[in-house]
Amino acid sequence: MSVVAAETAEVVLSSGWFLENAFIIPIIPAVAFALIIFFGKRMPMKGSEFGIASMVGALVMSVGAGYQWIQRVNGAPEEAYIEPIIRTWTWWQNGGIPLGIGQHIDGLSIVILIVVAFISTLVQIYSTEYLHGDRRYTHFFASLTLFSAGMLNMVVAENMIQLILGWELMGLCSFMLIGHWWEDGANSRAALKAFFTTRTGDIGLLVGTSVLYFAANDWTQKTLGVSGFSIRGLSAWALSGEPSSTAITVGAVALFIAAIGKSGQFPLHTWLPDAMAGPTPVSSLLHSSTMVVAGVFLVARIFPVFYEGMNIYGSNVNFIIVIGAITIVIAAALAFVQTDIKKVLAYSTVSQLGYMMMGLGAGAWLPAVFHIFTHAFFKACLFLAAGSISHSASHHSFDMKKDMGGLRKFMPITFGTWIVSTLALAGVFPFSGFFSKDEIIDNVGYAGYTIFMWVGLLGAFMTAAYMTRATYLTFFGAPRGAAAGEHHDEHDAHGHDAHDDHDAHATHDAHAAHDAHGHDAHASHGPRESGPLITIPLIILATLAMGSGLLNAVPFGSEWENFKKWIEPRGQVVSVTGIDHSAGSHGESRVIQPEARVTAGYESDCGKKTPTDGVCYAPQLKHAKFKWSKAALSLAIVAAGIIISWFVSVQLYTRRNKVLVGLTQRNKLLGAGYAFLVNKYYLDVLYEKIIVRSIAYPISRGAYWINQNILDGIVNGAGTGSKTIAGWVYRNIDQRVVDGAVNKSGDAAQGAGSIVRPVQSGKVNQYGALLFGAAAIGALVLVIINT
Amino acid sequence: MEVLSDNNWVLTVGTFLPLVGVLIMLFIPKADEALAKAVAIITAAATLAVGIFTLVKFDYDKADQMQFVAEAEWISVIKSSYFIGLDGISLPLYFLSMVITLLVMIYSWNHVPSPGNAKAFFALMLILQTGMAGTFIARDLVLFFVFFELVLLPMYFMIGVWGGENRQYASLKFFLYTMFGSALMLVAFLALFFQTGAESFSIPYLIEEGINIPKNTQIWIFAGMFIGFAVKVPMFPFHTWLPDAHTQAPTQGSVILAAILLKLGTYGFVRIAIPILPEAAKEWAPWIGLLAVIGIIYGALGCLAQTDMKRLIAFSSVAHMGYVMLGISTLTEFGMNAAMFGMVAHGLITGMLFFIAGSVKERYHTLEIKRLSGLLVQVPKLGWILGFSAMASLGLPGLAGFWGEFPAILSAYQPAEGLPVGVFRTYMVIAAIGTVFAAAYLLWLYQRTAFGEPTAEFSSGHGHDHGHGHGDDDAHSDIHDVNKFEWIAWTPLLIAIVVFGVYPQLMFKVLDPAVGVTLKAFGG
Repeated sequence: MSVVAAETAEVVLSSGWFLENAFIIPIIPAVAFALIIFFGKRMPMKGSEFGIASMVGALVMSVGAGYQWIQRVNGAPEEAYIEPIIRTWTWWQNGGIPLGIGQHIDGLSIVILIVVAFISTLVQIYSTEYLHGDRRYTHFFASLTLFSAGMLNMVVAENMIQLILGWELMGLCSFMLIGHWWEDGANSRAALKAFFTTRTGDIGLLVGTSVLYFAANDWTQKTLGVSGFSIRGLSAWALSGEPSSTAITVGAVALFIAAIGKSGQFPLHTWLPDAMAGPTPVSSLLHSSTMVVAGVFLVARIFPVFYEGMNIYGSNVNFIIVIGAITIVIAAALAFVQTDIKKVLAYSTVSQLGYMMMGLGAGAWLPAVFHIFTHAFFKACLFLAAGSISHSASHHSFDMKKDMGGLRKFMPITFGTWIVSTLALAGVFPFSGFFSKDEIIDNVGYAGYTIFMWVGLLGAFMTAAYMTRATYLTFFGAPRGAAAGEHHDEHDAHGHDAHDDHDAHATHDAHAAHDAHGHDAHASHGPRESGPLITIPLIILATLAMGSGLLNAVPFGSEWENFKKWIEPRGQVVSVTGIDHSAGSHGESRVIQPEARVTAGYESDCGKKTPTDGVCYAPQLKHAKFKWSKAALSLAIVAAGIIISWFVSVQLYTRRNKVLVGLTQRNKLLGAGYAFLVNKYYLDVLYEKIIVRSIAYPISRGAYWINQNILDGIVNGAGTGSKTIAGWVYRNIDQRVVDGAVNKSGDAAQGAGSIVRPVQSGKVNQYGALLFGAAAIGALVLVIINT
Repeated sequence: MEVLSDNNWVLTVGTFLPLVGVLIMLFIPKADEALAKAVAIITAAATLAVGIFTLVKFDYDKADQMQFVAEAEWISVIKSSYFIGLDGISLPLYFLSMVITLLVMIYSWNHVPSPGNAKAFFALMLILQTGMAGTFIARDLVLFFVFFELVLLPMYFMIGVWGGENRQYASLKFFLYTMFGSALMLVAFLALFFQTGAESFSIPYLIEEGINIPKNTQIWIFAGMFIGFAVKVPMFPFHTWLPDAHTQAPTQGSVILAAILLKLGTYGFVRIAIPILPEAAKEWAPWIGLLAVIGIIYGALGCLAQTDMKRLIAFSSVAHMGYVMLGISTLTEFGMNAAMFGMVAHGLITGMLFFIAGSVKERYHTLEIKRLSGLLVQVPKLGWILGFSAMASLGLPGLAGFWGEFPAILSAYQPAEGLPVGVFRTYMVIAAIGTVFAAAYLLWLYQRTAFGEPTAEFSSGHGHDHGHGHGDDDAHSDIHDVNKFEWIAWTPLLIAIVVFGVYPQLMFKVLDPAVGVTLKAFGG
């Protein structure tokens, strides 16, 4: 088992059981999913025990693998390329060539594994309380667990097909979880929209994978002995100087389109805010911290393909950075006009994903990945805090204007964790977001993309401002609506998050569903703090939101840059002579690189020049030097955002300042802008009312009309026509000329047919005889012509 | 020809055993339905047992070769012989036909459609089984043709007698349309026979000799076969018999039609048209590909326009067979493998969808999408199975449908040498867009039928409020969740969809070598 360790010239890289068997991590929740489906309802905790246990198991294994990976890195010479641990088994084959499934474990996969397993565990624990008594409690845990299996599988994926498997499984679970309360039409529409929109992006995934496979396969088979689906193969191929610029650009653009769909980038971001129709734990796990970073992960995973395909570092602008920058700003702008607290967070997520993409587009690989890491904690925390509010204080409403306000007094823990996470999100020193987001902005500027650096700073200002607005509306000012203990009709509440306690008799009774919405035991208590199963995950996440930035605290000096040391693939030329394609047992094959040659010095040519005696698996990345002067600027911008927004919020929402209130009604230009934002740039109108509607109705009906009237018309016409001809032939030729024999056989056939069906079968035989006759004549003609 | 195995009786027995069952059934009085059913099911089970034996005895290391070959003199006047054999391409379809027949029969135990007469119904299914199995093992064109046509009659009666309201039109259309195709196919077979010196109808012989036929003649002969097989597949624009046949056919008929009968056409392309006439295949391939991608989009649009659940599933077959044909038209190993996998996957998944449609119809007496809602509330298990099948049908990775769809799309990027690359790459993008359409019509169907609350008409709670116009509580008493026979019939399909989805190598291992042999003429 320990042979896999690749050697450098001097040192054997350490490995370990957890690293070698990391492929088991996704299998654990997959098995748990099956257990929940088949036995969940009979278990004392209705199946949630399987889910939680599997997530804890996955977390333990991920952390174990992480520990061993750190050992591996620490034991290696500085700047040496750290060989990932790759194992494959035959999954399918073509032309006798096996195509695999397996694992590709390196720093990137390990960090995402830990994040996913960790947040999944917390969210599942939180859900036991949040969805307590829900009628589909077991199904909920099944979907949540399957989601984790899909995501973890995508993260460990050895090749693109395996990655697609995980990618689509997440899409499926997202569909099931957004539509969890499918009795309500709005929820099922949101579920459909999410699946459908991401699926549209997935056209790119299918096309991109195909393009890259055929472009790379010959080279990868020859050089590395792996297929053109292999992540390692694609990475090395991209940097080999081999690919034609068309193929790799088309492949990279196509794959990035998939990332746009999955990671809610402009212009396919519209599904993400609607996805908030799902239960809050789902929003927290899938639609903020894990699943939606799948697109970012894809770009980071086969970064060399994008690096070469998009010419990162080599040009002033590229597709990724533009999409990322647009997304940052348009999503942040939308966050200002939301009244639903979850939608503010949703747009914030979209905006932050834009930061990650912009970072990757600028070659700031490490800050972008680090931002995935820190963002997961503070965004999950914010969502769970929002859930805590709706669960215990606002009577399942998420409307900040109607049902919240002044909650800081009632929910101190929720308030505290919210504030910590908000500061992290805004990028205030020394919270985690500062260390990741500021690095992205800094590195974008350092790589020469100055305009985009300013976009990043603008985004930081907006982030600080909309979060301050949301915080003010929720926790400050006077309590309103449900927060003030009022009752109002649930059905009018915008974006309510309803669930019921009528599990036992509601399961098969549709009508209980409406009545039961939200009328649960704690409805009339007024705002209060949530229970420990909710607050403990909040506290844990808030702690990480505060501290996780220290893992890569660039400002404190290079000895703090642990994340960089452990995670960033080092762009070194690796010798490929003497690759060992050893065949393991049970159809397993391994490609072992015996020697990872270390070039002297920090600078290598990977990504700049074609490697001559070896391959590169990663480009040499640039890193900005941290300067407090630059950080001071962005911190000042953030502070300005907070202060201005606070002042405006107080004036607008509490003091009812006459200049501000109703401004959008009085000023036409502002009103138009406001309407533009409220209507989400009319993108939904374009997609749903124009594109989808036209395909679903006029176009499909037109096609069907053609089908029924033209294509089928021809068929029916031919039928009627031949019937007429047959009748004529029968009357004029058959009766008069041939007469006897045919008639008799027809009668016989009719007699036989009449046993089952007297009317039609005679005709069939006549037609049949006619057709065969025609066929025989045709055959004869054909033979004569061609001889 | 070298005899590869001593067990060469298994194919003959496996194919004709159902007819023995029919003979026995002739002596059972019509009134004794239970006995007739039992005999039929036992026969089907015995046939499947032979099938399993075949599966066990099959030499998987030689999946590229014909096994269990048997050859005997048959109609020596026209130099046709009883020549049968089985390789990696035939095996999955041959076995699938046996499984489907048995499952359909089990399902039929308490689902004999009106007007009853279980004896005749079961007997027809057994005859059908012989025709289907025979088609997949025939190594002689005349034998192939006989089996191919043998399938027609039982299906005609199944639709025409046990079908829906418009059954006469549908069954006649089905029969005549297929017959029309068969006639042209027969012309092509005869032309092939004469062109190769009127020596033999044996497929291996024709593969040897077919290459010598002048290209122009090849193209004409291929045209005849093309129409014959394309009608059966069915490819756009020869598909219009399919929605009618499916909509009118009883559930059992629809399942068999979707699961096996459609594959006779695609199988014909893979087994006969392409290997015998490689030059013509190259000329035709771009056009087949074009019709395939039109079928993908057009079938999907057809689905979106439907108001009837069963008709929607029928149209989805047009789209799915489009992927299969796209794979075939690339003339590459990737494409063929995908097509073969796609055939089996489509058989399992669409067969399953038709089963569900039948069960919904039985419970609600309607398949109108508008009137159905909240299946998940009233019949949750059926609703979940519908969701599962819909997901499989739209090509979710991890389920069988994906492995027919994605490699087919992939293969279009690089078709066989000599085919227009740019054209096929366009097809690839269109086919990829088709996956979105598939998601659209299936999920939209699911959203409308399974989600939400049951319509007032069918919800027991409101029955007395709105129920004056229809059968009141009596109507609702039919609404029950999946029953025992349904579970027995469906579980194997559901398991197979997951197993082949998770571990596709099970099938690719068998298909891949045989596909390589089929494509020998293309240097694959």
